[in-house]
Amino acid sequence: MDLPAGAIDADLHPMVPGLSALAPYLPDLWRDQITLRGMEGFDTQAYPPKAPKTVRADWRPQGEWPASRIGHLREQVLDPWRVSRGIVTPLYGVQLVFNEDMGHAFTAALNDWTRAEWLDADPRLAGSIVLPMFNAEHAVAEIERCAPDPRFVQAMVLVMGETPLGRRHNWPVFEALVKHNLPLAIHAGTAYRNPVTSLGWPSWYAEDYAANQQAFQSTMASLITEGVFVRFPTLKVVLLESGVSWLPAFLWRLVKGWKGVRFEVPWLDRNPFDVVRENVRLSIQPFDAPEDAETVQRVMDHLGSDQMLLWSSDWPHWQFDGPPRLPPGIDATLARKICVENALSTFDRLALEVTP
Amino acid sequence: MNVIRPQAAPGRPLAATQGLVDVDIHPRPRSINDYEPWLSAEMRERLNTFGIRPRHGFVKGTPYFKSQPLACRRDAWPAEGTPASDLAFMQEQMLDFHGVDIGVLNPLQPTAQGDQNNPFSVAMAHAVNEWQLATWVERDARLRASVVVPYEDPEASAREIRKRAGDSRFCQVLLMSRTSHPLGNPKYWPIFEAAQDANLPIGIHAFGYSGWAMTNGGWPSFYIEEVSEHATSCQSLVNSLVIEGVLERFPRLRIILIECGFGWLPSVAWRLDKHWPMLKSELPAMKRLPSQQIRDQIWVSTQPIEEPPRPEHLLDCMSWIGWEKILYASDYPHWDFDDPRTAIPSFIPEDKRAAIYGGNARKLYGF
Amino acid sequence: MKHIVAPVAEIPPGERRLVEAHGKRVVVFNLAGEFFALSDRCPHQGGSLAAGPVMGLVESPCPGEYHYGRAGEIIRCPWHAWEFDIRTGKSRFDPRRMKVRAFPACVEKGEALQAETFPVLIEEDYVVVEL
Repeated sequence: MDLPAGAIDADLHPMVPGLSALAPYLPDLWRDQITLRGMEGFDTQAYPPKAPKTVRADWRPQGEWPASRIGHLREQVLDPWRVSRGIVTPLYGVQLVFNEDMGHAFTAALNDWTRAEWLDADPRLAGSIVLPMFNAEHAVAEIERCAPDPRFVQAMVLVMGETPLGRRHNWPVFEALVKHNLPLAIHAGTAYRNPVTSLGWPSWYAEDYAANQQAFQSTMASLITEGVFVRFPTLKVVLLESGVSWLPAFLWRLVKGWKGVRFEVPWLDRNPFDVVRENVRLSIQPFDAPEDAETVQRVMDHLGSDQMLLWSSDWPHWQFDGPPRLPPGIDATLARKICVENALSTFDRLALEVTP
Repeated sequence: MNVIRPQAAPGRPLAATQGLVDVDIHPRPRSINDYEPWLSAEMRERLNTFGIRPRHGFVKGTPYFKSQPLACRRDAWPAEGTPASDLAFMQEQMLDFHGVDIGVLNPLQPTAQGDQNNPFSVAMAHAVNEWQLATWVERDARLRASVVVPYEDPEASAREIRKRAGDSRFCQVLLMSRTSHPLGNPKYWPIFEAAQDANLPIGIHAFGYSGWAMTNGGWPSFYIEEVSEHATSCQSLVNSLVIEGVLERFPRLRIILIECGFGWLPSVAWRLDKHWPMLKSELPAMKRLPSQQIRDQIWVSTQPIEEPPRPEHLLDCMSWIGWEKILYASDYPHWDFDDPRTAIPSFIPEDKRAAIYGGNARKLYGF
Repeated sequence: MKHIVAPVAEIPPGERRLVEAHGKRVVVFNLAGEFFALSDRCPHQGGSLAAGPVMGLVESPCPGEYHYGRAGEIIRCPWHAWEFDIRTGKSRFDPRRMKVRAFPACVEKGEALQAETFPVLIEEDYVVVEL
């Protein structure tokens, strides 16, 4: 079915048109290094700028960076599809930088760029605090710095980091998120600290993109088994560009293992299925199921919840042609939940300042 | 007198009307010395001095400690030695008791598959194959051997496969799921070519050490995660086989995913289908839809059987994979063993259970 | 129905015995002098609990803290390692819905058991389960 009017788009990706765009937001020390060292930019292999997947063909303007101006977003998504609110999350590879101080500085600049060039430009937009996860103290500092601005409605990490996300050295980050009532968004992509498969580096970009599906499973396994949701029961996790259909079978397997080796993670005293239904949300672009109503309905039945899915366009990534349509087999009530209500109950800060 | 009868009636399940084929039995040597008759003096020396050197750090045991000793059923230990190292005990507890008609042997450890040293891995693979024949297959006609190959040396692997081609005591080629490169990498193509020529399916058993972190986001903390990550490594190898074009280049190649779980397979196939149009500029040679390639050329074994919260979810999943693609496996003697009488639930229609127990495997392997 | 398992001295503390009576397989445990009886059949796939290892109960108030107590009071299935409380038969992962059947067990004086078919000595104590 078509997208209902007033939908909330949970996954929009403004593109940084080169490092010079961040220069105004950087301290002198780091700004000068861009030119002194000839730094060539942080676009990552996860989304090569010219790859068809990265930008839909009709969203590539002549002679300028795609998805780099508020005008692009208005013309391509917000206005024609009557989107009420959108959450912007830049995927510019600040997470890949090995120097943790440099990474921190460029991440802060990226967040300021988001605020100045996107959030200030259109009241429909909310933002994600990009987190410098290479150092948890830096990530906490960035949350503390940005959280007072209510337009930042979540914080964002890449699904493939240096160590599994649930590890305890990351817990100060989760503590700060809970303190500010900010969901943790986990987006497809990698800091390239590890090969994108557990079998080493693949030959093709297609494998790189496909590998996100494995990464989301591993990351969920880590968050659940390490006890993150036991220690932080109110922490909400939002999976972005994760696909959806992998989740039930992943949980079948995890729950089966847990029944026998619970003693290894004794803090995990609830069925992981229930934990996930309560704490985890997923964006539905892509959905990763066939275009037939019956299969989609079976997948929804396996998920066992109508609260978990959030609509997104994944702009400017190429997930569909033409105007957005919801997967077949989704009725109007469920569509309303996916497109509006679930987002409002996930992002408390979004609900606080809803525009008409 | 205190007389104890078996827990449930022995014998194959009533629904196994096309016989009971177990595609996953793990024989063990009593000790690594059992391989010595088939090793050169140099390799014997190497085995006894340095031992097996997998791509992980411990001399003994595994980096993630199992939930049970040797990951085995507690009741599978014979009076002497280790589980599945004694044919008589295996016959009594598994083959006779459950009425197995044909059992496929998948030797796992210690076999030196994936060893850091290729020549040693090559020598060991030959020894393990001879050992399977002498110790097991020649002594029980129900058992079939797997061609263990030193897969990190694909040329040598192809030679081992060609050597065994036509010997009906071998029913498949055996790989571990965690190879040091994604399995579709052209490095491994000599294995696929030789297997296709020999008309042997390739059984890929979950396990092994790639040398890379067990997740694409680093090393997890717990064994419960490692168990879960077997599925992700198998997903990566399926992605690789499709995207690298292996299934199209070798159209008669048949792949069996053993102990990899199967609930995830439909979603992996759907994802490849969904993104194929967007990625096609990189993969112009691909002709068949990914899900079709998987449906045509990949089989799965049942153990560890998926246990979704509702029976119809299992039926959905099996029908998405294809009822003709699912093969019963026990994983004897491991702790996550599936009893044929209880693991394949009776809510699965009778004819489909019969196919899973035996009919599908008979067709695939030509038993 | 009452079933006499064995003289108390034959099942010392920490030990267990598998018995079959009235068509049921039951494993009888001695926990420091108290006796408990569970069906031998794991409700999952039917593994024989008599062949499983016992351990203490691991609990945790929060990740990273481990409380290990009740030594020897948890039986794990020899196959898929499900944990059951020997005192109640309840599984650890879902005590409300997943349990193995428990039977009353006690110690009775030989004198009181004279009428049973099992040959008893008046001066001995016997482990008895109610099936």
